[in-house]
Amino acid sequence: MSELIDLDAIYAKSSIGATIDALDVDLVGLVPVKTRIREIAALLLVESARRELGLQAEPPSLHMCFTGNPGTGKTTVAQRMAEILHQLGYIRRNHVVTASRDDLVGQYIGHTAPKTKEILKKAMGGVLFIDEAYYLYKPENERDYGQEAIEILLQVMEDRRDDLVVILAGYKDRMDIFFRSNPGMASRIAHHIDFPDYSQDELISISELMLEKMHYRLSEDAVPVLRDYIARRMQQPRFSNARSIRNALDRARLRQANRLFANRGTPFARSALEIIEADDIRQSRVFTQ
Amino acid sequence: MKVTQGQFSFLPDLTDDEIKMQIEYALNQGYAVAIEYTDDPHPRNVFWSMWGNPMFDLRDPAGAMMELEACRAEHGGKYIKILAFDSKKGWESVRLSFMVNRPAFEPGFELVRQEGPGRQLRYTLRSHSTSRAPVSEPSL
Amino acid sequence: MDTLPPGDKITDMKERYRSGVLKYRQMGYWEPEYEPKDTDVLAVFRISPQDGVDPEEAAAAVAGESSTATWTVVWTDRLTACEYYRAKAYKVEAVPGQEGQWFAYIAYDLDLFEEGSIANLTASIIGNVFGFKPLKALRLEDMRIPPHYLKTFQGPATGIVVERERLNCFGRPLLGATMKPKLGLSGRNYGRVVYEALKGGLDFTKDDENINSQPFMHWRDRYLYCMEGVNKAMAETGEVKGTYLNVTAGTMEEMYERAEFAKALGSVIIMIDLVIGYTAIQSMAKWARKNDMILHLHRAGHGTYTRQKNHGISFRVIAKWMRMAGVDHIHAGTVVGKLEGDPAVIAGIYDTCREIYVKKDLTHGVFFDQPWASLKRMMPVASGGIHAGQMHQLLTYLGEDVILQFGGGTIGHPDGIQAGAQANRVALETIVKARNEGRDIWNEGPQILSEAAKWCRPLRAALDTWKDVTFNYASTDSVDFVPTPTPA
Repeated sequence: MSELIDLDAIYAKSSIGATIDALDVDLVGLVPVKTRIREIAALLLVESARRELGLQAEPPSLHMCFTGNPGTGKTTVAQRMAEILHQLGYIRRNHVVTASRDDLVGQYIGHTAPKTKEILKKAMGGVLFIDEAYYLYKPENERDYGQEAIEILLQVMEDRRDDLVVILAGYKDRMDIFFRSNPGMASRIAHHIDFPDYSQDELISISELMLEKMHYRLSEDAVPVLRDYIARRMQQPRFSNARSIRNALDRARLRQANRLFANRGTPFARSALEIIEADDIRQSRVFTQ
Repeated sequence: MKVTQGQFSFLPDLTDDEIKMQIEYALNQGYAVAIEYTDDPHPRNVFWSMWGNPMFDLRDPAGAMMELEACRAEHGGKYIKILAFDSKKGWESVRLSFMVNRPAFEPGFELVRQEGPGRQLRYTLRSHSTSRAPVSEPSL
Repeated sequence: MDTLPPGDKITDMKERYRSGVLKYRQMGYWEPEYEPKDTDVLAVFRISPQDGVDPEEAAAAVAGESSTATWTVVWTDRLTACEYYRAKAYKVEAVPGQEGQWFAYIAYDLDLFEEGSIANLTASIIGNVFGFKPLKALRLEDMRIPPHYLKTFQGPATGIVVERERLNCFGRPLLGATMKPKLGLSGRNYGRVVYEALKGGLDFTKDDENINSQPFMHWRDRYLYCMEGVNKAMAETGEVKGTYLNVTAGTMEEMYERAEFAKALGSVIIMIDLVIGYTAIQSMAKWARKNDMILHLHRAGHGTYTRQKNHGISFRVIAKWMRMAGVDHIHAGTVVGKLEGDPAVIAGIYDTCREIYVKKDLTHGVFFDQPWASLKRMMPVASGGIHAGQMHQLLTYLGEDVILQFGGGTIGHPDGIQAGAQANRVALETIVKARNEGRDIWNEGPQILSEAAKWCRPLRAALDTWKDVTFNYASTDSVDFVPTPTPA
């Protein structure tokens, strides 16, 4: 064939460039994740070009698995991934339906299939994001209804590739065990993306980004205190990356409000409403434990 | 005979792609889509069997099509229709209804005339499909 | 409009009630400061005063003559709270582009009217006042009926939603046909036409307005043969079918007798004519509600007072009264057919029939916001000179909650009545399907129909037969306000 393929034109037409760029702005760090998304996007773009020329192979399997600790950006990336898939025409609707075991698995015989199907039907056309998917599988109870949900899921993932993309998410180690026990599921996942924990510097940048979006800023004194806070919090149990940062900032806002309210007799500058002081952070239990 | 209930019974049978477009229209209107089937299409047989509940919050016709496939697999020899419900104030009723499956042979109806005084007739429509004795206990 | 010069309204009681002829506006029927209450009945009239009669005085006179006034001062006024009962003309506007015509807005207190009586309402609003000499002409353009008054009326016996549930017909206009020839068929031949049309694919057939009980076909005979046709067609299609059995007769007793017989025969619908009068219509609506019967109204006679723009009653107002009176179907215009119907006027009338809240829209001739207080929706009927080739226009103009009646367009089909009915049904389903698929039926309609005509011969014949039939005459009833183009 002598025809020349203008991949760049297809790329421009799809407008996925903007989505990928937005990923860089919205999400701090996550370099390996972003690299994987670029790779997947490139694959899908080329596949689109091939389709246009009629080089149709089996529709590519698009089901994915996002592993990583809590608060590492899996849900946000799932939204972006849905956008990319939608822009490239792999899904018809740009939506993500999130579900966990409780949404899929029933309490008694005959309850699970309709529940699972209902979620699947709502998600169809877009992305189904199953958080902590391994809870579907409970080997200690051989009559657990989770197995039924898994089987229905598998069937839809196989038979209706054009209608639904499933993204499984959860801790890496548990997901690995889940896949070992459910090889059928493992074989249907085309793309694995591992989300690393954030470094301390990345968490600082994240907190700045979050504060900016909420129209707050740190006072000069508060900056080193927050840095110290993050270092301590990372060592403590149940640390969940960006989510822990958001919670910490929410508590700091609460303390700021209380501080301003306690001093309500004295008028203060407008900027005081925006500023988180060192004390608002230092009062955290993290510093006393 | 051909039972011509529903919106599109005078047209050639809708293909799956055409059915999908009608479901998409229903979803765009904010309607909930339902599937019902029966072997007795008597015009006053209002309550056909429900193939599950109406499907609320669908965003795409694929989910309803999956159910339609399943319903056809089980009740391929029966009448199947797709309905759409509108919950908006002042409607609160069915807004679309069209046939998506029918038996290969449609037995039709018998018109029974009972003569009364003054040339008056009482008419009864009887479905041929229900005139047979049940072959087994009807399941719930 | 200028407000009154100070002191024009006479407030000194001794002065006001001195014997003699007084100007209406001095008597207090002109109140430009009046703010209509939520409970007021509002009316807007188009007035054409005699030469030399001031429009405000003319508006006040209309207010006076349609409420408490007489031509002279009466001392007995002082025995009542007459300030309260006087209708108040509160606004006069020149009609755009019409020399010598004004819109007069008048507010009536709720207590002027008996609850649940169109007869009482109209005896005031369109009573003596229409013959009043100081006016050359007078037209009732629109009314706002407050929910307080609406709620004293039953409203449509069945309504669109329940009618559709009963007929098991959703998502498309209903199809009907008026039996032709209108007069002269025997009962048996008439029933044949009913059967053929229903078997062919129509939902309804219809008696015409002047089919009652004439020497060539008495009513019982007609009902019996028609119901044979209806039931036979139902058995052969599996669909619910109906025929509007006209029960119009010389007395209420006879109408009830006919309606009872229609019920005994299992008819889903009966029909009356507008000429039986408002009270008879309300009585039949109550009967219909009580007996689970759909009530069809043929608007016979309305053209005598609705067509001319300067005098009479706008059909919008008749439609409003009929929705209050309680009919389920009303002939409301076709836009494209042989009878009067400007698209904007028809849109206003259709909204009045079908919406649960009609917003003021002067470009549709709707002068007031009209909440309908949960009175049911009334199904408009489009009838008169329409055919299958116009299906895309009909659906675009009229929407899906409408009955499309093709009389000549069914019975006049070259291949017979069944073929005519089938052509209409195929055209209808094709266009509805195409619309739902997102196609541009307004522009692609003719092409969509001819695609269907490739596999449906009766439709091909219908399109060929009537392809050039249009009724492009200027409407005599049009709106006075044209939408201003929005600046780009």
